Amino acid sequence: MKGLHFWGAPLLSVLMLLAFLAVWHAGTLPQTGVQVVDPEYAKLVGAEAATGRKSAFPTPAEVGRKLWGHLTDPFYDKGPNDKGIGIHLAYSIARVAAGYLLAALVAIPIGFLIGMSPLAYRAFDPFIQVLKPISPLAWMPLALFTLQDSAVSAVFVIFICSMWPMLINTAFGVSSVRREWLNVAKTLEVSALRKAVRVILPAAAPTIMTGMRISIGIAWLVIVAAEMLVGGTGIGYFVWNEWNNLSIANIVSGILAIGLVGMILDQLLARLTQLVTFPE
Amino acid sequence: MSAFQDPFDAGTALTRGCSCGNHRDQPEHDAELTHGGSDALASRVVDQAVMRALFPRDAERRRFLAAVGAQTALAAVAGLFPLAAAREAFAQGTGQIEKPNLKVGFIPITCATPIIMSQPMGFFGRAGLNVEVVKTAGWAVVRDKTLNKEYDAAHMLSPMPIAITLGVGSRPIPYTMPAVENINGQAITLSIKHKDKRDPKSWKGFKFAVPFDYSMHNYLLRYFVAENGIDPDKDIQIRAVPPPEMVANLRADNIDGFLAPDPVNQRAVYDGVGYIHTLTKDIWAGHPCCGFAASKEFVTQLPNTYRALLKAIMEATAFAAKAENRKQIAEAIAPANYLNQPVTVVEQVLTGTFADGLGNIQKVPNRIDFDPFPWHSFAVWIMTQMKRWGQLEGDVNYASVAREVYLATDAARLMKEVGLTPPAATTKKFSVMGKEFDPAKPDAYLASFAIRRTV
Repeated sequence: MKGLHFWGAPLLSVLMLLAFLAVWHAGTLPQTGVQVVDPEYAKLVGAEAATGRKSAFPTPAEVGRKLWGHLTDPFYDKGPNDKGIGIHLAYSIARVAAGYLLAALVAIPIGFLIGMSPLAYRAFDPFIQVLKPISPLAWMPLALFTLQDSAVSAVFVIFICSMWPMLINTAFGVSSVRREWLNVAKTLEVSALRKAVRVILPAAAPTIMTGMRISIGIAWLVIVAAEMLVGGTGIGYFVWNEWNNLSIANIVSGILAIGLVGMILDQLLARLTQLVTFPE
Repeated sequence: MSAFQDPFDAGTALTRGCSCGNHRDQPEHDAELTHGGSDALASRVVDQAVMRALFPRDAERRRFLAAVGAQTALAAVAGLFPLAAAREAFAQGTGQIEKPNLKVGFIPITCATPIIMSQPMGFFGRAGLNVEVVKTAGWAVVRDKTLNKEYDAAHMLSPMPIAITLGVGSRPIPYTMPAVENINGQAITLSIKHKDKRDPKSWKGFKFAVPFDYSMHNYLLRYFVAENGIDPDKDIQIRAVPPPEMVANLRADNIDGFLAPDPVNQRAVYDGVGYIHTLTKDIWAGHPCCGFAASKEFVTQLPNTYRALLKAIMEATAFAAKAENRKQIAEAIAPANYLNQPVTVVEQVLTGTFADGLGNIQKVPNRIDFDPFPWHSFAVWIMTQMKRWGQLEGDVNYASVAREVYLATDAARLMKEVGLTPPAATTKKFSVMGKEFDPAKPDAYLASFAIRRTV
């Protein structure tokens, strides 16, 4: 019974994956259509068009082959518009890291201030409420116009979208530190700075980390869209470039890579959260 | 006194023979002098101009030189006038490339052929330039990245430099287009489900895509449907979709068709989702499509770079204009670094032997062609259509905008250098769907259309 408890979930996962692949395979089985055009014409068009159909979704095997190709040679560089998937991922991660760290530098101090002062909270609130729901991509044309640089604009978009969850969570975490602890600090006549660093920060850390974890997820979602828009490098550009080529197999490879990296980033932040969590 | 004579030589012969007396005549003397190096020659031309300005009469110059001697005269003149600086300023006109590392943006379509093929086929390298050609996601991004100076120059739709200069759809910034990249090479493609709706009159309610609002595609599609009695703003819907996304949209039934650049049309056929309805060369034979564009600032501040870049593109255009080179070009530009398309698709576009999506193989060798000359008349026609569809309001000085943006003089000079024959005039009449356009009477032309947005 204990064995089933331990192995049950992974087993079920594998079964689900296999079932999914089987359905996919069955759904995309190459149909043996009759060629409806003369051979000379058939040479000029794709195999599906020659049998009077539209080009089809790739089979799992085709995607697997493409994926294997990307995995075995992820860092090739054949010029500015043809680079390996590893290089694209590195560009995207670098952009996310830059925008995200900048956002943390700005959002956590402001969040602290807002959380500690009810006046600041009420003053900042209308701005946060208006700015928070704006889709980060809506900033893109504005950023391109004012910042005059597409690389900086992409980082800016990451910055602006990862700021709000961190800011709000920091403010919430700081403002909901237990009264008793603050009172103890007051009784001991602890200085304001010491109170912030030794009492409030450790108490609010798990909430702040949760905000940071939400932010990294959003940042990774947004970078793909932003790169599809500005192009050049990054995993978003990779997907766009393959869309341009209508290569669904490559797009699926890109999607898998995006999912894997997103999962890794999320797990990293989850580990960090565990480090600062304390038992009450 | 000829321009290449030594102005500090009192004995220069004014009429017969050459100035030094060793040659039969002045041209022969000059020819030998030229071998001494163009730098020496260039500084002599400068000295010459200065001396001519100081002493308009030859007799006076001679008396002065004979009295004080050439060396003293040179020193005296140099004291009055910064000869060295003038020589240097003049030498720059033919000298060093100011900025050898350049970034040029492009959209992955066959219109960009001269720009992108110059990279793999070495036209840029031979001109002493190291150009990175950067694939870009859409026209608005090309425009913004060029205005931001991330790109030094770019592949643009031929109406874009006009729109940017006039401040239509962006800040007004003086822009130039010194070369047309391709002529013809576009097509109207319809979804395969509309196989039987070949008559444009049956297109009411269709949704069409064009690459950009300020594009020949938009103007040609509007012109085509309007000539067939369909109002492009009321009877059909036209939306701007970047070319690479068009086939995906056609496949998904988001649109009924598009007037698009290639390889998009051919790709729709290749994937069995559409058929080629009309080639744009049958709407207007020899119409311009895309151009090579740069800001006025680039042209004036980096003149040598500009000239070298333009010359490389002209050479590439001349190479692409020859039908026998087209297969080789298709192989060079089809890989992922450039168009990212199957070679056969690009080849069908460039050679003009193509599958039309209805089971026929058509042979139209001039389906796409390459002719770099930026006719001013093209610009005037584009402006009439901008006014016709309400993009441009008020009066516009057609001729002067055309002259400012379409740098026909530069194009003509470089065309000669690369062995093409530029036309003698910069304006010409042409006809679009059988209706003549006279660039001298743009307003009358505009008024002659029944379907238009301007009054």
